[in-house]
Amino acid sequence: MLKTFQGGVHPPEKKELARDQAIEPFPAPPEVVLYLSQHIGAPAQPAVEKGDTVKKGQVVGEAGGFVSAPVHASISGTVKAIEPRPHPLGGDQPAVVIESDGKGEWAEDVNDERDWSGMSASDVRDAIQAAGIVGMGGATFPTHVKLSPMDGKPIHDLVINCAECEPYLTCDYRQMIEQTEEIVAGLRILMKATGAENGWIAIEANKPDAFDRFVAATEDDPDITVEMLEVKYPQGAEHQITAALLGREIPSGGLPLDIGVICQNTGTTVAVYEALRYNRPLIERVVTVTGEGVERPGNLRVPLGTPVGAILEAAGLRDGVNKLVLGGPMMGLAQYTPEVSVTKGTSGILALVDAEVYDWRACIRCGRCVDACPWQLVPSYLSIICEAKNVDAIQASDIMDCKECGCCTYVCPSRRPIVHLVKYGKGELARLRAEEQDRKAED
Amino acid sequence: MSSFIIGSLIVMAVLAMLLGIVLAVASKVFHVDVDPRIEQVDELLPGANCGGCGLAGCAAAAEKIVAGDAAPSICPVCGDDARAEIYELLGMSSEETEPHIARMLCGGGTGCKDKEEYHGVEDCRAAVLIQEGPKACHFACVGLSSCVEACPFEAIFIGDDGLPHVIEERCTACGACERVCPRGVIAVMPAKRTVWVKCQSHDKGKVVNKICKTGCIACRRCEKECPVDAIHVIDNLAVIDYEKCILCGKCAKVCPKNTIVDLRARRRAEKKAKEAEAAGKPA
Repeated sequence: MLKTFQGGVHPPEKKELARDQAIEPFPAPPEVVLYLSQHIGAPAQPAVEKGDTVKKGQVVGEAGGFVSAPVHASISGTVKAIEPRPHPLGGDQPAVVIESDGKGEWAEDVNDERDWSGMSASDVRDAIQAAGIVGMGGATFPTHVKLSPMDGKPIHDLVINCAECEPYLTCDYRQMIEQTEEIVAGLRILMKATGAENGWIAIEANKPDAFDRFVAATEDDPDITVEMLEVKYPQGAEHQITAALLGREIPSGGLPLDIGVICQNTGTTVAVYEALRYNRPLIERVVTVTGEGVERPGNLRVPLGTPVGAILEAAGLRDGVNKLVLGGPMMGLAQYTPEVSVTKGTSGILALVDAEVYDWRACIRCGRCVDACPWQLVPSYLSIICEAKNVDAIQASDIMDCKECGCCTYVCPSRRPIVHLVKYGKGELARLRAEEQDRKAED
Repeated sequence: MSSFIIGSLIVMAVLAMLLGIVLAVASKVFHVDVDPRIEQVDELLPGANCGGCGLAGCAAAAEKIVAGDAAPSICPVCGDDARAEIYELLGMSSEETEPHIARMLCGGGTGCKDKEEYHGVEDCRAAVLIQEGPKACHFACVGLSSCVEACPFEAIFIGDDGLPHVIEERCTACGACERVCPRGVIAVMPAKRTVWVKCQSHDKGKVVNKICKTGCIACRRCEKECPVDAIHVIDNLAVIDYEKCILCGKCAKVCPKNTIVDLRARRRAEKKAKEAEAAGKPA
């Protein structure tokens, strides 16, 4: 029996489209759009002005606070504009637009080999912060914040999340195969930065070759355990991976930190290694370009800020594409324009053919979503109270425990947009709480 | 047999007397003083429980008004007569309030381009969660009738132009629509303001011109035309300073995109059209 969690779904994996394509570098585009907000937290503040010449790795946006991350130039060239551009999360958001000079020169103080073994834990965290590293699975939470100790909560376990449970995506898998040593070295750095005694590498059972590689690479290290997990979505979510791996549940509204665990994404771990070993800031990431609408699916190492349209053009678009998603099909965001650019959280670019549009009906209370919910919520009830705009019931519910993984919506025979309804309910709740606070402030 | 009936009657009578005495005593001992004015005020309030006052319905408002925790004018819905009566009842001097009304501050509707196909939950506030809503303009009315649903007086409907319309006779200025609108494009304002700018977009004129038929393109013609210096383009949007505005409507006349509404001029035109129609028909 492979380890796993309660609930979840198993959609068609569709990983075969791109899984055997080795990571290829994507040529630097003539223009990159670097959003100042590529992470959760305060947006970065522009550190350059229009007309400035910048080099690869130079800071173009300073971190806007502790929960924030700097943004670095991904190509060398001149700053063409600092203006709002369409953002994958919606709306136009301020971005530094850089026009390439085609040279690809590195800035002076970065991209040097260095010895990190003598660095203290806080030095390692500072280096990670300076490199602008954020969670690259899609949540984009600044990594240095995650690694910083919080009021006396010791860290025992550090988990490298190699589940990659989203269908279609293979960018993490390719890195596991091609950069096994780097991931293991990154794990050791992270263990040092947090003082964790146990290192874990958790892999879904559909990647046996990656499992073998990790076992071979960590043979002589008794602190690191490689574990195989059942293939199930959302195996790669923090709550589910800790439940499966360690048998411990994260409390409602809590973080893995509350039970002495930190989880890191595969891509993030590679970025941490490169930041420490080569003093290289986060200026590129591996993106899976895939979907039935793409002629040449593959895994590309893309400079941040590359327009999605340019990548799709290079991969070749088929006729009949009617949906463009950034991220995986379960939690990714549908886009209305290919003019958006690759951010630190863009794990995949999905061009879907004949994506169907459904009419949705009333809940028939079949309970399939209740079985599927990995958070043991009752999605049917949540969707009903959100649909009815019953704010009292929403307030009394455990709606904030929903992480919008989409299992409920996937299994619903009435095709109810449960995640959207829950999102709406959360918005209402936030509005209500803000109103209450205003009233209290007035009194 | 008859003795059995008589016996039970006596038992019932005695029981009724005892319970009567208990109830009489209880009503004296547990007596709660209810201010009769609460009920009177409640009757004067509209009774729609719209929540426009911010309290849980009219009864709650009446209680607060009588207790002195809320001003008698807290209800935005009651007419001046009812309000004056409430003031009188409480022995306070009444003050005249300005009539207010809900106005649309966006003229986009079907004239504003869609940027995507939207298949989600039919509610404005749900729609703006996904890529800022289906409209190309991120300041525009989404048109999915959240305000229509919120209005307790059925004073709003969605017209053929895809925009909410306020039925003036029904609108009580309770502000329910204003509170639910995620874009802030429907707002309660003094009814006497017959000139207002029907756009909220701070996008540059070039962008607005591309996506909307009626949006403010910040051309500043209104600014030049205004005789009292009351209208100014601030951050790509014409804004009227009502302290200065004399409601002459000259700005509305010169506006090349018909962004500025002049209600009086519109009514005059409607009247003329009607008259022309009436005059034309017999002939």
